Amino acid sequence: MTSGPKLVSILRQGSYLIASIHTALDDTQMDRFREDLIEQIGRHRSRGVVIDVAALDVLDSFGTRTLRTIGEVARLRGALTVVVGIQPDVALAMVALGMSTGAIATALDLEEGLEYLNGRLAGGAVSRPAGRVPPP
Amino acid sequence: MNGDETSVTTADLPAPDDADGNQLLPQLVAHLREHRTRLRHEWSQRIQQAGLLHAMTPQEMAAETTSVYDNYVEVLETGSVEALQRYARDLSERIIPRGVETHEVVGIVLLLRDVLARSLFEKYQRDFALLNRVLDAYEPAANRIANTVAVSFVDERERVIRQQQDSIRELSTPVLPVRERLLILPIIGVLDSERARQLTEQLLTGIRTHRAKVVVIDITGVPDVDEAVANHLVQTVDASRLMGASVIITGLSPDIAQTLVTIGVDLSKMDTIGDLQGGLEEAERLLGYAVGRADGSGVP
Repeated sequence: MTSGPKLVSILRQGSYLIASIHTALDDTQMDRFREDLIEQIGRHRSRGVVIDVAALDVLDSFGTRTLRTIGEVARLRGALTVVVGIQPDVALAMVALGMSTGAIATALDLEEGLEYLNGRLAGGAVSRPAGRVPPP
Repeated sequence: MNGDETSVTTADLPAPDDADGNQLLPQLVAHLREHRTRLRHEWSQRIQQAGLLHAMTPQEMAAETTSVYDNYVEVLETGSVEALQRYARDLSERIIPRGVETHEVVGIVLLLRDVLARSLFEKYQRDFALLNRVLDAYEPAANRIANTVAVSFVDERERVIRQQQDSIRELSTPVLPVRERLLILPIIGVLDSERARQLTEQLLTGIRTHRAKVVVIDITGVPDVDEAVANHLVQTVDASRLMGASVIITGLSPDIAQTLVTIGVDLSKMDTIGDLQGGLEEAERLLGYAVGRADGSGVP
């Protein structure tokens, strides 16, 4: 374990996991994040995962691929993944470089992400608000 | 000694030509000044015969032809084209908005060159050798003038075109919130890479600010949608999706739609709807709005 401030946090919220990346991760840290997250999905029997990347001002191809992998693996283990908080600049760069999050859903922010999961997995831990916003 | 001789000859060689040119050009200029009225008149007539500059009134034409004539003679005299360049640029600035074409401007200068050359033929017709020398002095200068005027005109025209392009580009593209979480983005004008990038940036910022869920991009005002523009749109759609917003494209005209299909642009990832009205209805449906009249008639 490296000392200093935590690079990522993975919080459990009912049957969802909320993973926030606080700072740019190098490839090794990204791999480690992936392993931790996938391990916790199984441990907590989570049905949904929200990955918050709002703090990142850059997302490289390795990061994007890792997110995609997490999405695939989580799906195989029975959880839906949604990536939230992609910044405008990051989105522009990703599109310009031809990177995509593949089949993973994306949402504006944590709130939206949770709402999306609620919509897809009716009857989650967070009660569904009265809003009538369907998934994109 | 030998070296001395060669140096003398080489130094001497250009001298007669120079002296010749020095004598001939002032002579020529004097001749053109002397017959200014007649030659200018002849020139105006030939311009009219050729049907050039019909965008100008006779008075304007008389004024401009006088200026051009005087400038022309001055360049022959001084050999410096700077004043002419300034004048040509000035003139272009005045006549370009009135739709004077490049061929007209080049045409009138060439006509003047011909008129003056004819008068020289007439004056020196008895002495062929002298005529040749006069033409040797006259032709390069005349061609340089024609060149200068043409280049100045084209430069000015390009400047005007660039200016217009800039102002088209600067036409702001507003990102408008129509309902909560619904934005429309009407695009008007030519969409090039630079503008597409700016526009996408604005849209993404707008999506974040307004927490938009659905965006309707209306491209009715985009005159030409080719593969490049289509690819820009695909990128805009992808980037918006990364921010969690769905995009609906509206306003693809039948022609444009057929072109895109013919050239094989892949738009399968884009939601398109014929017109802005349909796009807004679809967006409202996506957002769960049910818009209807208060009395219950005309339910969507």
